[in-house]
Amino acid sequence: MSLLEARDVTKRFSGITALDDVSLTVEDGEAVGLIGPNGAGKTTFFNCLLGLLKPEAGEVLFDGKDITRYPVYRRARLGFARTFQRIELFTGMTVRDHLLVAERARLGTGRFWKDVLNLSKPTVDENERTDRTLTLLGLEDVAESPVEALSLGRARLVEVGRALMTEPKLLLLDEPSSGLDAHETESLAETLRAVQAERGTAVLLVEHDVEFVRSFSTRLSVLDFGHLIAAGPTADVLADDAVRRAYLGERV
Amino acid sequence: MQELIRYVILGIPVGCVFALVAVSLVLTYKTSGVFNLAFGAQAFLAAAVYYDVHVRHGWPIIPAFVFVVFVISPLLGFVLDRGVFRYLRGVSPIAKLVSALGLAVALPQIIQIWLGPGQAFGITGIWWDDNALYRFFGDYTLDGRQMAILVSTVVAVLALVALFRWTAIGLQMRAVVESPRLTELAGVNADRSSSAAWMLSSAMAGLAGVLLAPFSASLNVGDFTTLLVSAIAAAAFARLTNIPMALLGGILLGIAQQLLAGYLPPASLIAKDLKPSMPFVVLFLLLLFWPGLRNRREVTDPLSGADPPPPSLASASRSAMLTRSTHIFGVVFVAFMVYVILFRADAFWLSLLTGTLVYSVIFLSITVITGMGGQISLCQVTFAAIGGFTTAQLATAVGLNVLVGMLAGAVLAAAVGALLAIPVLRLAGIYLSLATLAFALMFENVLVPVGWIGGGIKRVNVPRPIIGPFDLSNNKSFFVFCLIVLVLVSMLVIFVRRGTTGHYLDALRGSETAAQSIGINPAKAKIVAFALSAGIAGLGGGLLSMKNGIANPDDFRFELGFVFVVVVVSTAARTVEGAINAGAAFTILPVILSDWLGVSSTWAFILFGLGAIQYARHPEGTLEAGKRQSLAFFQRQYDRLAARRARSAPDQSGDGQSPSPSQPLAVKS
Ligand SMILES: Nc1ncnc2c1ncn2[C@@H]1O[C@H](COP(=O)(O)OP(=O)(O)OP(=O)(O)O)[C@@H](O)[C@H]1O
Ligand SMILES: [Mg+2]
Repeated sequence: MSLLEARDVTKRFSGITALDDVSLTVEDGEAVGLIGPNGAGKTTFFNCLLGLLKPEAGEVLFDGKDITRYPVYRRARLGFARTFQRIELFTGMTVRDHLLVAERARLGTGRFWKDVLNLSKPTVDENERTDRTLTLLGLEDVAESPVEALSLGRARLVEVGRALMTEPKLLLLDEPSSGLDAHETESLAETLRAVQAERGTAVLLVEHDVEFVRSFSTRLSVLDFGHLIAAGPTADVLADDAVRRAYLGERV
Repeated sequence: MQELIRYVILGIPVGCVFALVAVSLVLTYKTSGVFNLAFGAQAFLAAAVYYDVHVRHGWPIIPAFVFVVFVISPLLGFVLDRGVFRYLRGVSPIAKLVSALGLAVALPQIIQIWLGPGQAFGITGIWWDDNALYRFFGDYTLDGRQMAILVSTVVAVLALVALFRWTAIGLQMRAVVESPRLTELAGVNADRSSSAAWMLSSAMAGLAGVLLAPFSASLNVGDFTTLLVSAIAAAAFARLTNIPMALLGGILLGIAQQLLAGYLPPASLIAKDLKPSMPFVVLFLLLLFWPGLRNRREVTDPLSGADPPPPSLASASRSAMLTRSTHIFGVVFVAFMVYVILFRADAFWLSLLTGTLVYSVIFLSITVITGMGGQISLCQVTFAAIGGFTTAQLATAVGLNVLVGMLAGAVLAAAVGALLAIPVLRLAGIYLSLATLAFALMFENVLVPVGWIGGGIKRVNVPRPIIGPFDLSNNKSFFVFCLIVLVLVSMLVIFVRRGTTGHYLDALRGSETAAQSIGINPAKAKIVAFALSAGIAGLGGGLLSMKNGIANPDDFRFELGFVFVVVVVSTAARTVEGAINAGAAFTILPVILSDWLGVSSTWAFILFGLGAIQYARHPEGTLEAGKRQSLAFFQRQYDRLAARRARSAPDQSGDGQSPSPSQPLAVKS
């Protein structure tokens, strides 16, 4: 049984078909890449997986459970986490609070009556866990500053950290390297590899940086105009003629 | 059958007036993104000016009409666009709504002051003889006022069609209405079409005002509120987008009102109370059930940019040392004030300042729903009313202890808030606020007159409680009691804001998408915010009725709901001090104006309204902005001092440094 199984997902936006019968699986602990030219439907596919968009047809299974009708937050609690192509941070909150709120949301330990009695201060355990993630991502020095003050690269790291705090079984990354310089990209890739090795988190990665994809993912799927045009081991897919024409060809 | 036709014919003229304002609403909403709740006030202004020139100064009908509809009203629209709304294009829907609310609060008061005291009687219509009767299809008759409406509406519609068909500016406006983003991309000058739309819609609102005025014996704001709400219902029917649908919606509403009045048994309670409040009920039902209004979050504001990040609170940018000193200063100041009030102040000031405490409690409910939840609710006064009436009825009619009654009122208000939140939260932004407005109006018109709720014509008395050795009918004891309640509620709000609920709400306001994707249930968090806020308002309402000794519907009029929001957001919606300052301003400013400066106390409302119009510039509240500036000043002095000391003792530097002020850098670009 696969961790994630998307079957024949179809999504239309008034006229255009953004996804046409797209199927994809991710196994436990695996790193899968998803590439395709601009407007191919990659972000739309993520949104359908997470429930931010309702697909017209097809289903999504997670751990063998049909979650097609689940609301977003319930999917998240099952073990989905994602980052966004257009950064979506909680303006006005500090970096540490981003991590803390994700931790609380995961465990569902927040209780209104605890707030009322002022018992909601972060516990030792929670502080320890946020500290660990801050160290992992090298964000200790900005832990107490509001996210508006961060550079784009570090803001992306906060998104990654927030996603990791929910202890996901599957991490969906939407172009994590866009807006980062070569050095930042490299250290991000390293962090992700470490997380994957340490926690056995499966990753589904959308990325334009082919080197990043090549070094990171074992399997690869290619979308073009909403169609899945290739899927298989990374090296084979990248060597495929149709893929080179549709995707790589226009970039060389 | 004949009856039916008669009601339809009777309903059409009224419906046409609704339709004119509905078209104005849609036109400005689509061209500038502002849902102008002040159109009722603008219609009122037109009627008042018409009254002034025609009745007081004896101008003949035609010059008076032309002056009002073609000069004054478009001019007002132009000024509003140029002076206020043009600068709001990129701001959040809430900022736009608050600015419009400020205008809706200030404008009628300005008009009242200008009109002077006393009633404005004897306004006549623009037809040469209001009482002339015209026959249609045999025996259906319309009088001059109704004929004036029909003819004017037909002319206005024809003019609109011609404008939109054949003139360049009309075509541009149409393009903007149909697809604001595309037109902007195509390089159409949005400023010009927005000015034109504001002038045009203001003229139509003015026309509606002049046409409606002769139906009442004297000019009064209430008629224009009903006009506005009916127009909102018609605009909602048109999904705030479609101008022909808005026209149709207005006319249908007029007809439905007549039909309802005609066919319900005339003596029944429902007929008496439901007829005037039908538009409110229709609006509420439309918002909840009309397909196409629900779940359209992305289209709630056609021109909205991303929400700008709220500036961090002043308290976030000061050092520990400064925080400590302001806290100490605060405690000393409050202790001194309490001493002065209890042992030096006279009865008048004691009562006034007790009022400050009570209103501060009510305003804390707005801190929760607006400051923390990010929603504008226009029915906080209704929750206060629920608290007040419950306290009164349980204490007087049932005979319970009044404290128990007050708590029960708060709990009931919280429950109603949660129940209301469930359907309303599927709406977003402006629709949510409109639904709370409709709820407030329904409550006031349908439920308050009922004997066992609002007491009907009789006011229900509220006793003061006796707690142990303290009899709170002593005003000083009652002051202390209110102070304790306020402190408890403030602590509650602070704890919740710091706790998980506060964090969830912050996250949802920052990015609802991301908040959901880490497992936060948006509906649950918002329902909690609504219920908490309603409960606090209910508690405040109970206190207010205790203070006054009666549960008085006049203390809970829905217009006050506008004023409450406006007062709180124009001071500071996100902090507890803000709510308390707002409470002080709301109670003390009118007294200062009338007793010390000798001007009408309505000027207070005008000032609050104008303050709210500033909201877009200082979304954290004018007061908070001032506080931040002065804190920054003190911090600089302090830093300079610290730097000098560091220079003389080079080893002992490092603490007391302020975090560098955050640069508001838009993260979502
Ligand atoms: N909310 C929406 N409404 C209408 N069309 C949409 C919407 N979201 C996406 N689309 C369209 O669906 C198609 C796929 O878009 P999507 O954002 O999924 O592409 P992508 O592969 O993520 O591209 P990129 O590499 O630029 O991020 C595009 O043609 C886009 O215009
Ligand atoms: Mg994308």
